[in-house]
Amino acid sequence: MILNIVRKELKSVFASPMGWIILALLMFAFGTYYLNGVNDYFEVMSGAIRPAERYGVTQFVGQNVYGLASFIMLFAVPLLSMRLISEERRSQTLPFLFSAPLSLTEIVLGKFIGLVAFLSILIVYIALMLFTLNIWTDMDFGYILANSFGLFLLVASFAALGLYFSSLTSQPVVAAILSFIALFALMILDRFFAGDPSNTMAKLSLMRHFQSFAGGLIDTADIAYFVLFIITFLTLTIRRLDADRLRG
Amino acid sequence: MNNLTVEASELTRLYGGREAVSNVSFTVKQGEVLGFLGPNGAGKSTTMKMLTGNLAPSAGSVKICGIDMIENPKEAKALIGYLPEMRPLYKEFTVDEYLTIAARLHRVSGKHIKKAVENAKERCGLMHMSKRLIENLSNGYQQRVGIAQAIIHNPMVVILDEPTVGLDPIQIRDIRALIREIGGVHSVILSTHILPEVEMVCDHVQIIDKGKLVFNGGIDVLKRQRIGNKLLIGFNNAPTIEELLKIKGVTEAEVTDNNMMRVRFAENTMPHEAIVKAAVKNSWGLYQIAPDQTSLEDVFVQLTYHDAAAETTAEAA
Repeated sequence: MILNIVRKELKSVFASPMGWIILALLMFAFGTYYLNGVNDYFEVMSGAIRPAERYGVTQFVGQNVYGLASFIMLFAVPLLSMRLISEERRSQTLPFLFSAPLSLTEIVLGKFIGLVAFLSILIVYIALMLFTLNIWTDMDFGYILANSFGLFLLVASFAALGLYFSSLTSQPVVAAILSFIALFALMILDRFFAGDPSNTMAKLSLMRHFQSFAGGLIDTADIAYFVLFIITFLTLTIRRLDADRLRG
Repeated sequence: MNNLTVEASELTRLYGGREAVSNVSFTVKQGEVLGFLGPNGAGKSTTMKMLTGNLAPSAGSVKICGIDMIENPKEAKALIGYLPEMRPLYKEFTVDEYLTIAARLHRVSGKHIKKAVENAKERCGLMHMSKRLIENLSNGYQQRVGIAQAIIHNPMVVILDEPTVGLDPIQIRDIRALIREIGGVHSVILSTHILPEVEMVCDHVQIIDKGKLVFNGGIDVLKRQRIGNKLLIGFNNAPTIEELLKIKGVTEAEVTDNNMMRVRFAENTMPHEAIVKAAVKNSWGLYQIAPDQTSLEDVFVQLTYHDAAAETTAEAA
């Protein structure tokens, strides 16, 4: 049953130009960065840097592209997640889902997986784009895979948070702004506590947990953080929808 | 076999301390069409939301074919088709796409989906609209899509909140026929403001006012109440009330606003002929004699605005 919701969500993203435009724009941006990265590599590496400090093309280009991706997703995900529930609230289509034989968990999970599946298209695209480097060099697949996995977890966390804010309001734009602010705050949280890295608050920062993936390291602590983050917001969303049914 | 399809018992719903629906109990049998009547804000839609599991009741329970809505919501919901007051349509889809999604979500098995969609479209007169975006359909066609969505999985209970709003007269007739057809096999609950509609399609009527059930009975009870043992007679040369009361069977007589006389007669008597004979004999100048029908509107107003009177009729029913 979850799968049916996922299909419905994906269908509705592609039913409007919105989904296609976002895909096209983001792919254009990533493509440009990729090209720039490849061009710059030789200039930078053959120039001032001492041979001992030089590093591989995979890392150089990957850093470029994944750095941009994690930043751009900060804007793209709220734009995509805003309509998930608030749009249904506004056009009063929620009873359609509520009166179908589905549990709230299935509805929420379906919507979440639908959005993550859409965003995964981009992640797969980026990975494939970087793999093309392999045609003329010996590249570091592990680095790309760790980054892809990290980006996937990051994006899924964004989506879970966006879904929750979307369930709070019947105005998609309000949902987008709220989730953007919340995500932005979580992203730069570690900057605030830069002087004291052991501070608990700093540990909540999404970016900080993405850093290890960005360096090519898959750390279970970070995976646990993202998974907990996602579960928390999905649970909150389910509870919010359940409150609708209880309080009316 | 227990053929009760809907059992609602002591449903109560509070909104911030105010009772929107209080202590409503009723049952619907298989093959029955139940009409839900009531003025605006009486609690019709709230009751329907509780029946379909869109709203949790503050107290009381709902059972669909014996399955409790609160304990086993998924199983109970699978037996229901629901069209809310606001049509839940995804306007970015075409009619076919939307109905396919509806069929899938209602557990229609993969190989039957196409057939179910075709069937629902045919029953709601949507065959030539398959590829149109719902957004671009007229109000009436959107309503048809809403109804199609509610019947697509051939549910045991169909719950329609004001189904004929925005339809043209021919379509209203078709939809009424459709409701009767569904009501023949399964059960239908519908709410409406259009009283003749209730008389045409429903077997059972419920009138709800201020959250309370004020009338619950068969449509024939309502009809009998409507027709009653009354005659409306027009005389050019009106007799006195005493003269009329002398005729055998007449129990009551009064002069109406427009100079006609309303005569009430006892059960199982037919004073019509005697009245005509007397009129000819005494040359009262009879020009009209007809059964006096209280309009359904009057019954409705009577039930919803005079609480005391309403309670006695409900008991009588």
